Amino acid sequence: MKSCLVVDDSRVIRMVARKILEELSFEVIEAEDGKEALDKCKEKMPDGVLLDWNMPNMDGMEFLLAMRALPDGEEVKVVFCTTENDLSHIQEAIAAGANEYIMKPFDSEIIQSKFLQVGLL
Amino acid sequence: MKVEDFDLLASMLKDRSGLVLGKDKAYLLETRLMPVARKHGLKGLEELADVVRRKRDENVMGDITEAMTTNETLFFRDQKPFDLFRDVLLPKLMEGRQDSKRIRIWCAACSGGQEPYSLAMILKELGSKLMGWRIEILATDISVEMLDKAKTGLYTQFEVQRGLPITILVKYFRQTGDKWQLDAGIRSMVQFREFNLLESPSALGTFDVVFCRNVLIYFDQETKKKVLDGVARQMPKDGALLLGGAETVLGVTDSFKPVQGRRGVYQLSNSDVEF
Repeated sequence: MKSCLVVDDSRVIRMVARKILEELSFEVIEAEDGKEALDKCKEKMPDGVLLDWNMPNMDGMEFLLAMRALPDGEEVKVVFCTTENDLSHIQEAIAAGANEYIMKPFDSEIIQSKFLQVGLL
Repeated sequence: MKVEDFDLLASMLKDRSGLVLGKDKAYLLETRLMPVARKHGLKGLEELADVVRRKRDENVMGDITEAMTTNETLFFRDQKPFDLFRDVLLPKLMEGRQDSKRIRIWCAACSGGQEPYSLAMILKELGSKLMGWRIEILATDISVEMLDKAKTGLYTQFEVQRGLPITILVKYFRQTGDKWQLDAGIRSMVQFREFNLLESPSALGTFDVVFCRNVLIYFDQETKKKVLDGVARQMPKDGALLLGGAETVLGVTDSFKPVQGRRGVYQLSNSDVEF
């Protein structure tokens, strides 16, 4: 069973994402900001990360850069999932090493198609 | 809804588009035809059926057909057929067409244009490998409304996230308001044309590759056979037909046979080309 870390400061979003991902047979781990997510990654590296951008303490971009620097951090498939929907944010995310990018709002079909593209499904 | 109204609308749809509507699809008629009824100032499906029955109003019947045959799709739907097209079919066709350097592709029920545009983007990505080649993509659909939408190349945020890799989005789309528009260069690679699959495709010319995916499922056996036999007549010996995941030629027609080991790909029965 593949694991996916859901990083979002909204409990509702985490809940929706968890439901969708569990239906796709993922083991879901949650974190409410980048800092907590980084700690979870240090404990055990997940197969995938669904990552919000704007969060308190440590935002998604800072998390991504820090996580990629960890041992095994290169292998993880990172899918941004954010309300930032302009080209410059998307380009910045790709340049920083994100594998895919979801513009909120999302649904099950979008998550499924993006996860398929990065090879998590 | 009344049985006689359902039967009347279902038989009209079958005649005009080939669409076969099972009794279990009454809900689909109701959800899709309420807006049509309202548009023509009618109270509900009963009045709508009445107009069809008594007046045979061409506008109303056209709108009903349009509403029932419009289906959403996604970019690079199922992915695999597109990989096969790029990695297997296209190289094979190019091998056999070194002289003419011309390849024609037909998307036989293109809906919002995602399928032909996905193919166009694949061709664009191949870049210099196709230098000197003329590759035409003809995209047809029964729905004028869908064709008009497809031609604009405008898609909602939801649509561009279904099946489209983000790197491709960034490369070929531009944000305009709350929509995303496909690059004019890619749009110009696809020619759109209204076409009803119940008609003979002979006027469209010949096609080396035909994508006819997820449309036959709506037809009965006889109509499926008629469509596939028509496609076969427009195809050279080394041509290829792609059907949707739930579709097959087996038990429908002898014109085509499955290509071994290439799921969803079919070739003419009398062809010995190996893909």
